[in-house]
Amino acid sequence: MTLPPDPGPDTAPMIRLEGVRKSFGPKHVLRGVDLAIPRGSSMVIIGGSGTGKSVALKCILGLITPDAGRIEVDGQETGTARGAERDAFLARFGMLFQGGALFDSLPVWQNVAFRLLRGALKRPQAEAREIAIKKLRRVGLSPDVADLFPAELSGGMQKRVGLARAIAAEPEIIFFDEPTTGLDPIMAGVINELIREIVVEMGATAMTITHDMTSVRAIADDVAMLHDGVIQWTGPVAKMDESGDPYLDQFIHGRAEGPIEAVR
Amino acid sequence: MSALAPLGRLGRAVLVALAHVGRVTLFALSALGHMVRPPFYPREIGHALMNVGWLSLPVVGLTAIFTGGALALQIYAGGARFNAEAVVPQIVAIGMVRELGPVLVGLMIAARVTSSIAAEIATMKVTEQIDALVTLSTHPMKYLAAPRVLAALITVPLLVGVGDVIGIAGGYAVAVQNLGFNPAAYLKNTVDFLEPLDLISSLVKGAAFGLIAAVMGCYFGMNSGRGAQGVGRATKGSVEAAAVLILAANFILTGVFFSV
Ligand SMILES: Nc1ncnc2c1ncn2[C@@H]1O[C@H](COP(=O)(O)OP(=O)(O)OP(=O)(O)O)[C@@H](O)[C@H]1O
Ligand SMILES: [Mg+2]
Repeated sequence: MTLPPDPGPDTAPMIRLEGVRKSFGPKHVLRGVDLAIPRGSSMVIIGGSGTGKSVALKCILGLITPDAGRIEVDGQETGTARGAERDAFLARFGMLFQGGALFDSLPVWQNVAFRLLRGALKRPQAEAREIAIKKLRRVGLSPDVADLFPAELSGGMQKRVGLARAIAAEPEIIFFDEPTTGLDPIMAGVINELIREIVVEMGATAMTITHDMTSVRAIADDVAMLHDGVIQWTGPVAKMDESGDPYLDQFIHGRAEGPIEAVR
Repeated sequence: MSALAPLGRLGRAVLVALAHVGRVTLFALSALGHMVRPPFYPREIGHALMNVGWLSLPVVGLTAIFTGGALALQIYAGGARFNAEAVVPQIVAIGMVRELGPVLVGLMIAARVTSSIAAEIATMKVTEQIDALVTLSTHPMKYLAAPRVLAALITVPLLVGVGDVIGIAGGYAVAVQNLGFNPAAYLKNTVDFLEPLDLISSLVKGAAFGLIAAVMGCYFGMNSGRGAQGVGRATKGSVEAAAVLILAANFILTGVFFSV
């Protein structure tokens, strides 16, 4: 009898969630989320507004403490690390927040280069600025925005500055919370390509939340749909259209009628 | 059972209050701990020194000068009832340095600095900027709270010192201009009367009030609720708490320094 090939450390998922639960008071947002994201792949999370997609990302980063369940990053359980260990953990991540979350007391370039101006990755100011401007270019922003303050930018520009900040230190794991919302279709295309590049060229592991089905098809290796606090469906993006899952079908075709009730 | 209900409510209220005291104390200790351990953020400290100290000078100066002037008028009028008009310099000096200087500067700092710290940090919390700091491997206590607490500990005693001097100057101006005091004698009486303990108590109070003002701003800001309403509540709560705690601390410190 032959044994199945040993999966080895490289095929172990980069991120694994097991039975993750989170409630806010009486509101049960996550009710046992199980999900695995392979190393160097791009996972896209879809799901209705308010189903807890952002909460799930924040649980992985430890910004929100789950009520129950287990989260592993690279085989290590998260949430137990303190001090320098937690710093090292966070240094592997980049995160684009849904609302941008730019520091409004700092000019754009210092937002982008935040990690490069202090702490373990500190570099000379001129070099940090150069990197910031390069990253701004990658998200389609010209160097003259570098010295503006976030409040002086449009919503879509702020989003892209947030994106530049998330990728500035070239992290291994990147979370994008709705990277293309508020962007024009061309710029959305540019950002989709950028995310794809980051995964393919830099070998990063990406987790993207989006409502934009064009984005899903452009970015995803795998897709997971969050509904009612659990992963309703997950699989490779190619199988998404013939999943046979009525919830997923309704979602990807944007139908008002179906098993997911829209409150009216 | 119903007869004991008010007692139960009282007990719960006391427990809630104690829990708050515990949390604030831990928060203050954590801020102080981060203040003395690297990494340090010189830029943030510089900003905080500017905001807490330098930019508070005008309001502190104005408060002190009017208070000193009014104090001189009152003491003169009151003293006249038993032929003690001559004590104006001594009472103005002691009143400003021991009590009014520290308390009024403390309250002004609560109004000006605590509110702005709370509103700024609460807004950062509400717009996820604090979460963003964490994901960028920067500790919010270290980056936001420690510099502000440090700046308050350094500058508020200095502001109190400045307030004392300006308050005495206000009293001096009124006494010399309107009440017919001899300028040289007024100054000599002031200087001779004040003792080192008066000045020390003034500065110690300044440091304590600075600590209270900055810690309350940071604490309420970081624990802000969601939305604009959350920011408003945090700001209001921080100023109320800082003002009451400053007055309570003043009472205790006066007891420690001057009760015989
Ligand atoms: N800090 C919090 N306190 C209380 N409730 C919260 C908190 N954060 C999130 N929630 C609630 O959890 C639910 C899920 O929020 P979440 O932001 O994860 O939604 P989402 O799936 O990202 O939606 P969207 O697509 O609109 O961004 C919401 O109902 C929200 O009200
Ligand atoms: Mg969201």
